[in-house]
Amino acid sequence: MQDFINALPGAASQGLIWGIMAIGVYLTYKILDIADLTVDGSFCTGAAVFVMLFSAGWNIWLATLLAAAAGILAGLVTGLLHTLCGIPAILAGILTQLGLWSVNLAVMAMKANVSINVIDAKTLDKLMVSLRFVQDVAKGSRPFWRHPIFVVGIFTLVLIALLYWFFGTELGCALRATGSNGSMARAQGINTNFGKVLGLMLSNGLVALSGALLAQYQSYADINMGRGAIVIGLASVIIGEVLFSRIFRNFGLKLFAVSIGAVIYYIVIQAVLSMGLNSNYLKLLSAAVVALFLSVPYWKNRYFAKPVKKGAN
Amino acid sequence: MLEISHIYKTFNPGTVNEKRALNDLCLTLSEGDFVTVIGGNGAGKSTMLNAVAGVFPVDEGKILIDGVDVTRLSEHRRAAYIGRVFQDPMLGTAGSMQIEENLALAARRGKSRTLRSGITQKEREEYRELLKILDLGLEERLTSKVGLLSGGQRQALTLLMASLVRPKLLLLDEHTAALDPKTAAKVLDTTEKIVRRDGLTTLMITHNMRDAIAHGNRLIMMHDGHIILDIAGEEKKKLTVEELLEKFSRASGSEFANDRALLS
Repeated sequence: MQDFINALPGAASQGLIWGIMAIGVYLTYKILDIADLTVDGSFCTGAAVFVMLFSAGWNIWLATLLAAAAGILAGLVTGLLHTLCGIPAILAGILTQLGLWSVNLAVMAMKANVSINVIDAKTLDKLMVSLRFVQDVAKGSRPFWRHPIFVVGIFTLVLIALLYWFFGTELGCALRATGSNGSMARAQGINTNFGKVLGLMLSNGLVALSGALLAQYQSYADINMGRGAIVIGLASVIIGEVLFSRIFRNFGLKLFAVSIGAVIYYIVIQAVLSMGLNSNYLKLLSAAVVALFLSVPYWKNRYFAKPVKKGAN
Repeated sequence: MLEISHIYKTFNPGTVNEKRALNDLCLTLSEGDFVTVIGGNGAGKSTMLNAVAGVFPVDEGKILIDGVDVTRLSEHRRAAYIGRVFQDPMLGTAGSMQIEENLALAARRGKSRTLRSGITQKEREEYRELLKILDLGLEERLTSKVGLLSGGQRQALTLLMASLVRPKLLLLDEHTAALDPKTAAKVLDTTEKIVRRDGLTTLMITHNMRDAIAHGNRLIMMHDGHIILDIAGEEKKKLTVEELLEKFSRASGSEFANDRALLS
C-alpha cells in the first residue's frame, strides 16, 4: 500500500503526459470518426526526434516543437494515403505505423534505445519534465513548479484552450461537420478530404508532442514505446466519457475529461502492479478493458433496450 | 441557369452489374424554373441530381450552371452554386452539432473557411428570425443538437440551410419520401414557400404524381436514363394523373413501374 501511495505522483505525471496523446486520439476517434493507428508509430517518432535533437544540443523548446512537427508529418502521410490514394483509414494508419518503425530506428541512428544524459546536472536542469523532479520536489531540492504534474498540467490546459478556440472557428466547425456527416459537409461546400488530413495532422502532432514529453520524463526514447498507444488513448477517452459524460457537456471539459481518464488509467495500472501483477500482462489487461468498455454500449442497445410502449409518445 | 448536355453515366462498367444510368441526358433550366421530376425505379432521377451535384464524375457530356462549366469540379466546389436536400433526413444535417452551428456551416457555403469565429452573436439573432418560417418552434431551440430532431424537422432545417446562401440551383431528391404524409405535406409547403420567396431555380424529384403536378411550372418524366416527357405552362396546369400515366406508356412503350407512385 505504501508503495502504491509513493508511486502516485509519478503515475499521475505519466498519466498526464499520456493524456496529451489521448487528446490527440480523441480528435480522430471522436471528432473525425476515424480510428487512427498511426499513433503507435508517431508517439515514438516524437520521442526519437526530441531525444536526438536535444542530445545534439538543440534548444529544448525547438526540439519539442520539431518533435511535434514530425508527428504532424506522419499524420499527413496517413491522411494522404487515405484521401489521395483511397486506402481505408484504418489500413492507412497501419501502413504509416509500420513504416514509421524503420523511420524511428533511422532517426535514433539505428539504435533501439537512446538516452538523455541526465547524470549531467546541467542537462537535467534544462528538461521540462523528468521522473527525477518528482522526487526532487518531494525532497524540497527543487521548487514546486518544476513538478511534472504542474508542468504537464499547464501544457494540457494551454492545449485544451487552443483546441477549444480552434474548434469554435469556421475551420474547426468544418472539421467537426466532416466527422459528423460527410455528405452534409460536402453539400455545404466543405472539402472533407482536406478536413480529414488536417485532423490527422493535428492529432498526430499532439501524439508526438506527448511522446517527446515522455522521453524527457523517462530520459530515453525506445523503439517500442508507442506500442499499444492507441489502446491507451482509447482507454483514456472511454474512461473520461464514462465518468464525466453526464456532467461535462462543454467541449473543453470533454477534452479535460480525456486527460483525467489517462491519469486514472495510469493510477489503476499502478495499483494493479502494486498488487503484484507481472507487468508483461499489462497490455493484455489494457486490451481486455478497452474491449469490454467498447462492447458495453453495443450490448446495452442490443440486449437491454427497453421496448417502446404502444401509445407512449 | 442549368444546362445539362448529352451526359452519360454507366455504373460498374464491364461487370455483370453494369448499369447505364444516364443515357444521352439533356436538360436546360431557365432562371426561376421550378421543375418536378418523376419516373419509375431506376429511371435515373437521383443519378441525374447526383451528377449535377458532383457526387461522381460523368462519363461524357457537359454540365453548366449559370454559364460556368462545372463538369470537372469536385462536389464541395460545386456546392458554391447548389443547395441540396437529400431523401434521407440524416444526410442533410450534422446530428452531433447544434441547430445554430448547422446553420452557421450553411451560411458559409461557397466561402473559404478561416480562423474567424464559427458563429457570431449577430448570426444567432438572424437564425432565430429565419427559423420562424418553418413554424416548428426551432427558433427556441437554437442550441439543441440536431440529432434530437425528428426526420421532418431535420428536412425542414436542411431546406432552410440549402437556401441560406441563395443557391443558383436547388436540388431536392425525394426530400419528403421518408416522412409520414402529414409531415411530408408540411415540408412540401415550406419548400413552396422558400422557392417562391427567393425565386429559386429548382429540380425536385418526387414519387408522388399529384405533387409533381401540383408544384412547379414544369414537369419532366425520366425513363432509361433520359427525359421522355417535358410538360410546361398551361398544359401542365391542366394535367391529371391518368393523362400522365397514359403519356408515359405512349412515350416509353411500357407500363409505369413504380409501385409507390401508383399507390400514392
